[in-house]
Amino acid sequence: MQKLMLALALPFALAATMGLAPAFAQEPMKVTIATEGSSPPWNSTDSTGKLIGFDVDLGYELCRRMGATCTFVAQDWDGIIPALTVGKYDAIMGGMSITEKRKKTIDFSMPYAVGFNQIVMRKGLGLPPTDAKAKLNLTQMAASKQATIDTLRTALSGRTLGVLRSSNSEVVVNELFGKVATIRSYDTNENMTMDVAAGRVDGTLADFFVLKTFLESKDGDVAEFYGPMLNGGPWGPGAGIGIRKTDPQLKAAFDKAIASANEDGAIKALTEKWFGMDMSPPK
Amino acid sequence: MDIALIIESIQTLLGGVVLTLELTILSLLIGFVLSVPLAFMRASRSPWLSWPVLAYTYVFRGTPLLVQLFLIYYGLGQLAFVRESFLWLLFRDPFYCALLAFSLNSAAYTIEVFRGGIQSVPPGLVEAAQAIGLSPTKISLRIVFPLAFRTVLPSYANEVVGMIKASSLASTVTLLEITGLARKLVSETFAPYEVFIAAGAIYLGLTFLASRLFNLIELHLSGAPPDKARRPWLLKLRQAL
Amino acid sequence: MGGFQEQFLRGLETTVLVAAISGTLGMLVGLAGAAAKLSRFRVLRMIADAYTTIVRGVPELLVILLVYFGGTAALTALVGSYVEVSALWAGVFSLTVVFGAYATEIFRGAIQAIPRGQTEAALSIGLAPWQTWLLVILPQMARIALPALCNLWISLLKDTSLISIVGLSDIMRVAVVGAGSMRDPLTFYLAASALYLMLTSVSLLTFRLVERRMLAPLH
Repeated sequence: MQKLMLALALPFALAATMGLAPAFAQEPMKVTIATEGSSPPWNSTDSTGKLIGFDVDLGYELCRRMGATCTFVAQDWDGIIPALTVGKYDAIMGGMSITEKRKKTIDFSMPYAVGFNQIVMRKGLGLPPTDAKAKLNLTQMAASKQATIDTLRTALSGRTLGVLRSSNSEVVVNELFGKVATIRSYDTNENMTMDVAAGRVDGTLADFFVLKTFLESKDGDVAEFYGPMLNGGPWGPGAGIGIRKTDPQLKAAFDKAIASANEDGAIKALTEKWFGMDMSPPK
Repeated sequence: MDIALIIESIQTLLGGVVLTLELTILSLLIGFVLSVPLAFMRASRSPWLSWPVLAYTYVFRGTPLLVQLFLIYYGLGQLAFVRESFLWLLFRDPFYCALLAFSLNSAAYTIEVFRGGIQSVPPGLVEAAQAIGLSPTKISLRIVFPLAFRTVLPSYANEVVGMIKASSLASTVTLLEITGLARKLVSETFAPYEVFIAAGAIYLGLTFLASRLFNLIELHLSGAPPDKARRPWLLKLRQAL
Repeated sequence: MGGFQEQFLRGLETTVLVAAISGTLGMLVGLAGAAAKLSRFRVLRMIADAYTTIVRGVPELLVILLVYFGGTAALTALVGSYVEVSALWAGVFSLTVVFGAYATEIFRGAIQAIPRGQTEAALSIGLAPWQTWLLVILPQMARIALPALCNLWISLLKDTSLISIVGLSDIMRVAVVGAGSMRDPLTFYLAASALYLMLTSVSLLTFRLVERRMLAPLH
């Protein structure tokens, strides 16, 4: 039965692609890309209202390689996927991790950067010391890793933690500390770090560079990194470009552009410019 | 449109009703208590009494509640002397920040509603009360205010409905009332219409109940003859009030 | 404020623009709504009743979120092909829906406040129904509705702050972005308050002047 359906569907599919491909090649592609706009150095808004950051620079670079005209727009994180699916824009570039859960709703390009995340806690809470330079990949949980997590859980029990709504950090915090700590969700990273500075929350888990920018800002000296640098697990293989499932041509175009930018070192150069280190994906 | 998801969302969002009602009712109560004396000041002929209150209502009615909420929540949190004082025990908690913003805002509107009512009370009644030797406080609270309240009841009912709706802004300062839960649910299900329609239905229910309640109170206060209140439950409610 | 002054100016422009368009469209919706509510046709009355009951019973924030996320899908289904709804038009549309619902009630009340004799007199001197509406009912209604419309306009100005949540760069959004990136919420939200207060004050003064003009011939 399935074979029969396939056989019937094949001519239609072929006709559709043949009909679409030339039309697609003729038009200069216009792509609107959304980013969150308050997560420096990934993306932020400067004082003239312009969106800047690694995502924006790389976005324009990829578009140049695709021969497309691109515009960036800002969108709060909690609505960034729904607004993509209803067609407010064509792609998301906001340091968004490729996750299984998101893949149920949207497609992703191949990873364009691999970041990591860390907890920041306010100073003076009397927490036991940890090694903030250590790294921990949550993908395969060994016994030694579980011990580190258990220590963290004991240290953070009874504390209040802020997270960005709909972020992977929210998933991780809920999973690891949801039973022992109070969790508050924010619309933007900046509102969240303002509350860390004010002391409404004791700490947060978020993208390492977002938090580094906060700790280096004028009210960042009240807090410090705590516990190991985290990646893998719910964060998946890295940050990818979010694309509607109905838009495979765009995904293919982005994949091609990312592969070429990774090959000739453009991604490496841009990550070094914005993050001060090489965060390009494995080739 | 997924009807099953709407029903499921309503069930989840009902968990936020308690917080929505807490915020609404407490803000209205505090707003009411603040607004009665301030409305008399506002209605007074002395500019020394009336102008400061006018300045308060003017500013709070002339700026968006969202700005007021963010000023109290993020603005006060920025000030070191607030963070180091006992006040921080309250302002540290988003609930009290929202409560303060909503109460001050609601008071500003309620003052102007009550002022209108107070000024509509015929001066003859006040003079009569003075003639029989009632104290000014007694006149204000026992004669003028009840009459004023009855006159402005429909406007006050609008303020109550407005407050139920305005409480949705609490979602912007991390509180998980109905709208907060809805936004959280959207970020989990990626299904904005179903969830927001569900939230809308719950608010519609709440505002409908509030309007009905005020209609009944109005009916009761207008002293409608019992035969108008044909339904027995209405009679019971009238007796209870 | 680190160069945010210019952005605030542009935000002010956006806020005024969105309020002006939604206010104008909302007035038209209100007139149509009031006509429907007072119509002989039961279906029209029911539609108008459902519209005002639902919109006035649901938070403005939810209406905006629904229109922003649901608007594109609904329009696409309606037209049959993909329709782009920008943040600006989503904001304008949702505020129009809200403004129109309240304006409907204001206009309905104002029309009902005009003595029936006026319509009867107009019809008896041979005016057509549309002339009666345009020349007799509307001018009198406008005068009665003016104070309530002034309040509604001020609510609209303030409600525009909610569209910042869907990413439109109005006064509020500039304040949120500035507060975050300069880490100085107090200054930025106070600046936003001052701008809104200025807008509402100018509106109040304008309405006072118009009111005086309109009332003058009667005295």
